[in-house]
Amino acid sequence: MNITEQIKELVETNDVVLFMKGSPDFPQCGFSGRATQILRSCGARFASVDVLQNQDIREGIKQYSSWPTIPQLYVKGEFVGGSDILMEMYENGELQETLQSSEKVDN
Amino acid sequence: MLIQNSIEKKLKSLNPEHLEVINESNKHNVPDGSESHFKVIVISNEFAGLKLVGRHRIVNRLLADELANSIHALSIHAKTPDEWFDSGATSVDSPDCLGGTNK
Repeated sequence: MNITEQIKELVETNDVVLFMKGSPDFPQCGFSGRATQILRSCGARFASVDVLQNQDIREGIKQYSSWPTIPQLYVKGEFVGGSDILMEMYENGELQETLQSSEKVDN
Repeated sequence: MLIQNSIEKKLKSLNPEHLEVINESNKHNVPDGSESHFKVIVISNEFAGLKLVGRHRIVNRLLADELANSIHALSIHAKTPDEWFDSGATSVDSPDCLGGTNK
Protein backbone atom coordinates (compact mmCIF):
# COMPACT_ATOMS: atom_id res chain seq x y z
CA MET A 1 0.00 0.00 0.00
CA ASN A 2 1.49 3.37 -0.91
CA ILE A 3 1.33 6.36 1.37
CA THR A 4 -1.76 7.87 -0.26
CA GLU A 5 -3.62 4.60 0.16
CA GLN A 6 -2.49 4.38 3.78
CA ILE A 7 -3.78 7.87 4.50
CA LYS A 8 -7.02 7.17 2.67
CA GLU A 9 -7.54 4.11 4.82
CA LEU A 10 -6.82 6.11 8.00
CA VAL A 11 -9.37 8.81 7.19
CA GLU A 12 -11.98 6.37 5.96
CA THR A 13 -11.78 3.83 8.77
CA ASN A 14 -11.76 6.41 11.59
CA ASP A 15 -14.81 8.65 11.93
CA VAL A 16 -12.74 11.36 13.57
CA VAL A 17 -8.98 11.40 13.12
CA LEU A 18 -6.45 14.06 14.01
CA PHE A 19 -3.05 14.16 12.32
CA MET A 20 -0.86 15.84 14.90
CA LYS A 21 2.62 16.25 16.33
CA GLY A 22 2.90 14.04 19.40
CA SER A 23 0.01 12.32 21.11
CA PRO A 24 -3.16 13.76 22.67
CA ASP A 25 -1.62 13.29 26.13
CA PHE A 26 1.81 14.55 25.08
CA PRO A 27 1.40 16.94 22.17
CA GLN A 28 4.69 18.21 20.78
CA CYS A 29 3.37 21.45 19.33
CA GLY A 30 1.08 24.13 20.72
CA PHE A 31 -1.27 23.98 17.77
CA SER A 32 -1.63 20.19 18.02
CA GLY A 33 -2.19 20.59 21.76
CA ARG A 34 -4.91 23.13 21.14
CA ALA A 35 -6.63 20.91 18.57
CA THR A 36 -6.64 18.07 21.10
CA GLN A 37 -8.11 20.30 23.80
CA ILE A 38 -10.85 21.51 21.48
CA LEU A 39 -11.85 17.97 20.49
CA ARG A 40 -11.87 16.90 24.13
CA SER A 41 -14.01 19.91 25.04
CA CYS A 42 -16.52 18.68 22.49
CA GLY A 43 -16.48 15.26 24.15
CA ALA A 44 -15.36 13.77 20.85
CA ARG A 45 -13.81 10.35 20.59
CA PHE A 46 -11.03 10.59 18.07
CA ALA A 47 -8.13 8.65 16.70
CA SER A 48 -4.79 10.40 16.37
CA VAL A 49 -1.79 9.92 14.14
CA ASP A 50 1.57 11.24 15.33
CA VAL A 51 3.24 12.53 12.18
CA LEU A 52 6.57 12.89 14.00
CA GLN A 53 6.69 9.09 14.08
CA ASN A 54 6.33 8.74 10.35
CA GLN A 55 7.98 11.13 7.93
CA ASP A 56 6.09 9.68 4.96
CA ILE A 57 2.73 10.38 6.57
CA ARG A 58 3.95 13.80 7.69
CA GLU A 59 4.65 14.83 4.11
CA GLY A 60 1.94 12.65 2.60
CA ILE A 61 -0.92 14.20 4.56
CA LYS A 62 0.13 17.66 3.36
CA GLN A 63 -0.17 16.46 -0.22
CA TYR A 64 -3.33 14.49 0.41
CA SER A 65 -5.16 17.49 1.88
CA SER A 66 -3.37 20.17 -0.15
CA TRP A 67 -2.75 21.74 3.24
CA PRO A 68 0.75 22.72 4.30
CA THR A 69 0.51 22.57 8.08
CA ILE A 70 -0.16 20.17 10.96
CA PRO A 71 -2.51 19.50 12.79
CA GLN A 72 -5.26 18.41 10.40
CA LEU A 73 -8.65 17.05 11.34
CA TYR A 74 -10.72 14.65 9.26
CA VAL A 75 -14.32 13.74 10.06
CA LYS A 76 -15.96 10.95 8.07
CA GLY A 77 -13.26 11.14 5.45
CA GLU A 78 -13.72 14.88 4.95
CA PHE A 79 -10.99 17.40 5.66
CA VAL A 80 -12.21 19.87 8.29
CA GLY A 81 -9.20 22.10 8.90
CA GLY A 82 -6.26 22.97 11.13
CA SER A 83 -6.16 24.38 14.63
CA ASP A 84 -7.21 27.97 13.78
CA ILE A 85 -10.25 26.65 11.91
CA LEU A 86 -11.16 24.21 14.68
CA MET A 87 -11.01 27.07 17.17
CA GLU A 88 -13.32 29.28 15.12
CA MET A 89 -15.70 26.42 14.41
CA TYR A 90 -15.71 25.50 18.11
CA GLU A 91 -16.53 29.06 19.10
CA ASN A 92 -19.47 29.31 16.71
CA GLY A 93 -20.76 25.79 17.41
CA GLU A 94 -20.12 24.43 13.94
CA LEU A 95 -17.53 21.93 15.10
CA GLN A 96 -19.86 20.40 17.67
CA GLU A 97 -22.45 19.97 14.91
CA THR A 98 -19.94 18.39 12.56
CA LEU A 99 -18.81 15.94 15.24
CA GLN A 100 -22.36 15.10 16.27
CA SER A 101 -23.44 14.45 12.73
CA SER A 102 -20.59 11.97 12.42
CA GLU A 103 -21.90 10.13 15.48
CA LYS A 104 -25.46 10.09 14.22
CA VAL A 105 -24.43 8.49 10.97
CA ASP A 106 -22.85 5.74 13.04
CA ASN A 107 -25.93 4.94 15.12
CA MET B 1 12.57 41.09 8.63
CA LEU B 2 13.03 39.62 5.17
CA ILE B 3 10.40 36.93 5.47
CA GLN B 4 7.99 39.18 7.32
CA ASN B 5 8.24 41.74 4.52
CA SER B 6 7.74 39.08 1.90
CA ILE B 7 4.62 37.75 3.67
CA GLU B 8 3.20 41.26 3.95
CA LYS B 9 3.85 41.98 0.32
CA LYS B 10 2.14 38.79 -0.85
CA LEU B 11 -0.90 39.19 1.37
CA LYS B 12 -1.41 42.73 0.14
CA SER B 13 -2.55 41.18 -3.12
CA LEU B 14 -5.82 40.40 -1.26
CA ASN B 15 -6.47 44.14 -0.97
CA PRO B 16 -6.84 43.85 2.80
CA GLU B 17 -8.65 46.51 4.76
CA HIS B 18 -6.49 45.46 7.64
CA LEU B 19 -3.35 43.34 7.65
CA GLU B 20 -1.13 42.28 10.52
CA VAL B 21 1.83 39.98 10.11
CA ILE B 22 3.11 39.14 13.55
CA ASN B 23 6.39 37.36 14.12
CA GLU B 24 5.75 35.07 17.08
CA SER B 25 9.06 33.25 16.85
CA ASN B 26 10.20 34.66 20.18
CA LYS B 27 7.52 32.49 21.85
CA HIS B 28 9.34 29.43 20.61
CA ASN B 29 12.56 27.56 21.12
CA VAL B 30 14.46 29.18 18.24
CA PRO B 31 17.39 31.62 18.13
CA ASP B 32 16.77 35.34 18.70
CA GLY B 33 15.80 37.14 15.53
CA SER B 34 14.33 34.02 13.92
CA GLU B 35 11.50 34.23 11.43
CA SER B 36 9.97 30.81 12.00
CA HIS B 37 6.52 31.29 13.52
CA PHE B 38 4.04 33.82 12.19
CA LYS B 39 0.48 34.83 12.80
CA VAL B 40 -1.36 36.71 10.10
CA ILE B 41 -4.58 38.65 10.47
CA VAL B 42 -6.06 39.39 7.07
CA ILE B 43 -9.27 41.34 6.81
CA SER B 44 -10.47 41.41 3.24
CA ASN B 45 -13.68 41.48 1.28
CA GLU B 46 -12.19 38.81 -0.95
CA PHE B 47 -13.08 36.25 1.73
CA ALA B 48 -16.80 37.00 1.46
CA GLY B 49 -18.83 33.91 0.63
CA LEU B 50 -15.91 31.55 1.29
CA LYS B 51 -15.74 29.02 4.09
CA LEU B 52 -12.79 29.01 6.44
CA VAL B 53 -11.00 26.21 4.61
CA GLY B 54 -11.28 28.13 1.34
CA ARG B 55 -9.94 31.30 2.94
CA HIS B 56 -7.02 29.50 4.51
CA ARG B 57 -6.25 27.79 1.22
CA ILE B 58 -5.93 31.19 -0.46
CA VAL B 59 -3.51 32.41 2.20
CA ASN B 60 -1.58 29.14 2.19
CA ARG B 61 -1.26 29.28 -1.58
CA LEU B 62 0.03 32.86 -1.53
CA LEU B 63 2.60 31.86 1.07
CA ALA B 64 3.47 28.46 -0.40
CA ASP B 65 7.15 29.32 -0.85
CA GLU B 66 7.53 30.53 2.71
CA LEU B 67 5.68 27.51 4.09
CA ALA B 68 7.79 25.10 2.08
CA ASN B 69 11.14 26.72 2.67
CA SER B 70 11.36 29.05 5.60
CA ILE B 71 8.56 29.21 8.12
CA HIS B 72 7.65 26.51 10.57
CA ALA B 73 4.23 27.63 11.76
CA LEU B 74 1.54 29.88 10.38
CA SER B 75 -1.56 30.88 12.26
CA ILE B 76 -4.22 32.37 10.01
CA HIS B 77 -7.10 34.63 10.92
CA ALA B 78 -9.00 35.45 7.75
CA LYS B 79 -12.18 37.48 8.06
CA THR B 80 -14.27 39.91 6.10
CA PRO B 81 -14.44 43.50 7.38
CA ASP B 82 -17.97 42.90 8.73
CA GLU B 83 -16.94 39.76 10.63
CA TRP B 84 -13.88 41.52 11.99
CA PHE B 85 -16.01 44.38 13.26
CA ASP B 86 -18.55 41.99 14.81
CA SER B 87 -15.81 40.06 16.58
CA GLY B 88 -14.61 43.23 18.25
CA ALA B 89 -11.54 43.36 15.99
CA THR B 90 -9.66 40.77 17.99
CA SER B 91 -8.08 37.42 17.21
CA VAL B 92 -7.31 34.37 19.29
CA ASP B 93 -3.85 34.20 20.86
CA SER B 94 -1.57 31.53 19.46
CA PRO B 95 -0.77 28.68 21.84
CA ASP B 96 2.53 28.53 23.69
CA CYS B 97 5.31 26.39 22.33
CA LEU B 98 5.56 22.83 23.64
CA GLY B 99 9.13 22.34 22.55
CA GLY B 100 8.88 19.70 19.86
CA THR B 101 9.80 21.89 16.93
CA ASN B 102 11.81 19.20 15.20
CA LYS B 103 11.55 20.76 11.76
